Amino acid sequence: MQIVFLLEQVVNGLVLGGYYLLIALGLSLIFSVGGVVNLAHGAFYAIGAYVSIEIGKLLGFTWGVALSPVVVAVLGILFERFILRRFYQSDPILSLLVTFGLAMVAEQLIRIIWGSAPIPTSMPALMKGPVIIGEFLFSKYRLLLLAVVAVVLVGIWFLLHKTSFGRVVRAGIQQPDMVAALGIRLQPYMTAIIILGVGMAALGGALFAPIAIVHPAMGAEIITVAFVVVVIGGLGSFWGVVISALLVGVVRGITIHFVPAAGEASMYVLMFLVLLFLPRGLLGERIEKFD
Amino acid sequence: MKKKEHLQEQKSGSISRRSAIKLGAGLAAGSAFGFPAIVQAQSDAIKIGHLTPMTGFLGALGGWAVMGIQMAAEEINAAGGVMGRKLEVNSEDSINPDTAATKAQRILERDGAEFLMGEISSASALAISQVAARNKRLFMALGPRSDTLRGKSCNRYMFCTDIPNTVMVNAVGNALLRDNMVRGKKFHTLTADYIFGHDLLRAAKQFFDANDATLIGDELVATDVTDFSPYLLKIRQSKPDVVCLNLAGNQVTNFVKQYAEYGLPFPTVGFNLNTADAWAAGEGNLSGTWPTVWYHTLSNPRSFEFVASFWKKYGKPPENHAWIEYIALKLVAQAMEETKSTDSEKLIAHFEKGAKFDILKNREAYFRSWDHQLIQEGFPFTIKAKGKAVDQWDLLELGPAVPGADQSLEVIYPTKQQNPCTLA
Repeated sequence: MQIVFLLEQVVNGLVLGGYYLLIALGLSLIFSVGGVVNLAHGAFYAIGAYVSIEIGKLLGFTWGVALSPVVVAVLGILFERFILRRFYQSDPILSLLVTFGLAMVAEQLIRIIWGSAPIPTSMPALMKGPVIIGEFLFSKYRLLLLAVVAVVLVGIWFLLHKTSFGRVVRAGIQQPDMVAALGIRLQPYMTAIIILGVGMAALGGALFAPIAIVHPAMGAEIITVAFVVVVIGGLGSFWGVVISALLVGVVRGITIHFVPAAGEASMYVLMFLVLLFLPRGLLGERIEKFD
Repeated sequence: MKKKEHLQEQKSGSISRRSAIKLGAGLAAGSAFGFPAIVQAQSDAIKIGHLTPMTGFLGALGGWAVMGIQMAAEEINAAGGVMGRKLEVNSEDSINPDTAATKAQRILERDGAEFLMGEISSASALAISQVAARNKRLFMALGPRSDTLRGKSCNRYMFCTDIPNTVMVNAVGNALLRDNMVRGKKFHTLTADYIFGHDLLRAAKQFFDANDATLIGDELVATDVTDFSPYLLKIRQSKPDVVCLNLAGNQVTNFVKQYAEYGLPFPTVGFNLNTADAWAAGEGNLSGTWPTVWYHTLSNPRSFEFVASFWKKYGKPPENHAWIEYIALKLVAQAMEETKSTDSEKLIAHFEKGAKFDILKNREAYFRSWDHQLIQEGFPFTIKAKGKAVDQWDLLELGPAVPGADQSLEVIYPTKQQNPCTLA
């Protein structure tokens, strides 16, 4: 029975990992391509949740989730055009500082617009409740969430690995100067990466809003986990981030099964161990411009 | 040429567009971060330092606390102040115990505050109480509920106004006993992993032991947990009769939402819930029996008056932290008027003498001299049936006050034998 219980935690952890992935993949892409440590990523996640609720009030839950990433992506374009663009060639510490400041401004703006009290949210009754398969119990909503994540993931993988857009982005990560020498401007590609990255963060916020507290500081809460996932996975690797997100979810679940109080600490221990043996993360590539 | 134009611009006293944008952005950012208000207060204003969490897992509750205490200050000042002097309450984010202690020292030493009020976190309150004791200044701990603050860690300079964990357990416990949900039942608890939660778990265990209930699962949950799914699976695996929550702040809302999401069949009860947690849970997610110290639908004319003023001012009803901060400043102001002093020692002596205060409930409250806690009624509540709520705020069905009108208020509080604190 103990094994079944443990397996249930493993499977549940994989589902949660899928959700972490939505936030971490964008963060990783933005850093890999632009060299920008985007500490404001969590802010887009929070804005995504709030915007989805507002749209949901008018058009219903599904439209809220579908349109919120689009609205946030537009904000992402402005973010890239007026702020990030100035920092691609600069010391990463500058982009880190500016995005850190922006995250705080965004949190306060949320407080000003929506107030500091959490916003009540719930999901449509149809999506509530469990699905029991054999001994395993799943949340109906999270299975749906997993399906959405899988579709997004396949889409991103396809875009990065099977299109000319993806070839330029991947080349841009490793050899931006060579890409420039070939007469390709990386600028529009970076804009596209930001749209994808913050759009995914917003989708994560919108999807998590019905099952977690929606409050102004929610972005600051998720950003730490997202960074841990990126660091464990390694920069520049799509699959590294995927494996890392799933691993963090599973390790957390198993730890909570045995030592509940250590659940949140488990991902940091995992990060420590991975970096001890693999300083670039699980599948991190050597990126010359960061060396 | 450019330089010349620039010089001309400077000479004419105007600023360039770029500078204006920079200045505007700077000001916007500054105001967003809430630079401490520089108030040109009268030099004889009575300064009160107010610390409360405005960020972190208790941040949402702190927002209500600030609204409550500031409204009380405005009302007192509009009515002529205290002894003819205005009150100046400066609210700051206490953040965590270390920062809270540092700020408390600065507020007393440099800002010239007469005494300190506020806090919701029991851990931060403990840190502030030590600073208050060192400086021999009063600290009114308004929101923390840990028994330890009124027990082992009590001190002469700290007075606690919220109901303690033991009272919350007793308030809900009586309702559960009445509904046959305790004797012979198996409980699985989730507990916030810090001083408040540990303390609440201790009180809960005593209650289970005394009433023939069994604890079959007992998980400590870090305060920053947002995903409860692994805990929910453990609860399902242990098959309890009742799931019992000793959680705090955002934890409660997250748990309640996810419990509804997973649709587990076991009834839930909780020994701690703030109205804000219930409001944030979303329609149809909250169930079970819980305790509260006050709710805005409480049938009391003075309470209704307060609710109406608050609603008018902020566009929403007061949460229980707004209420407790409001009545606390009012009772401190009353004590200052009655003693004609802002001196901590005189105020302490006044409280210890058993001065009575109207706290917008049906019975007056007083501080117990030997453990410095406000003795008052508590209430159990259940969740209103669907369709019965008047508005989005009207979620809870208040049960009768505990203890009953014919009993002493102290029957739900720890006795002298149970409580290690002996201040008087």
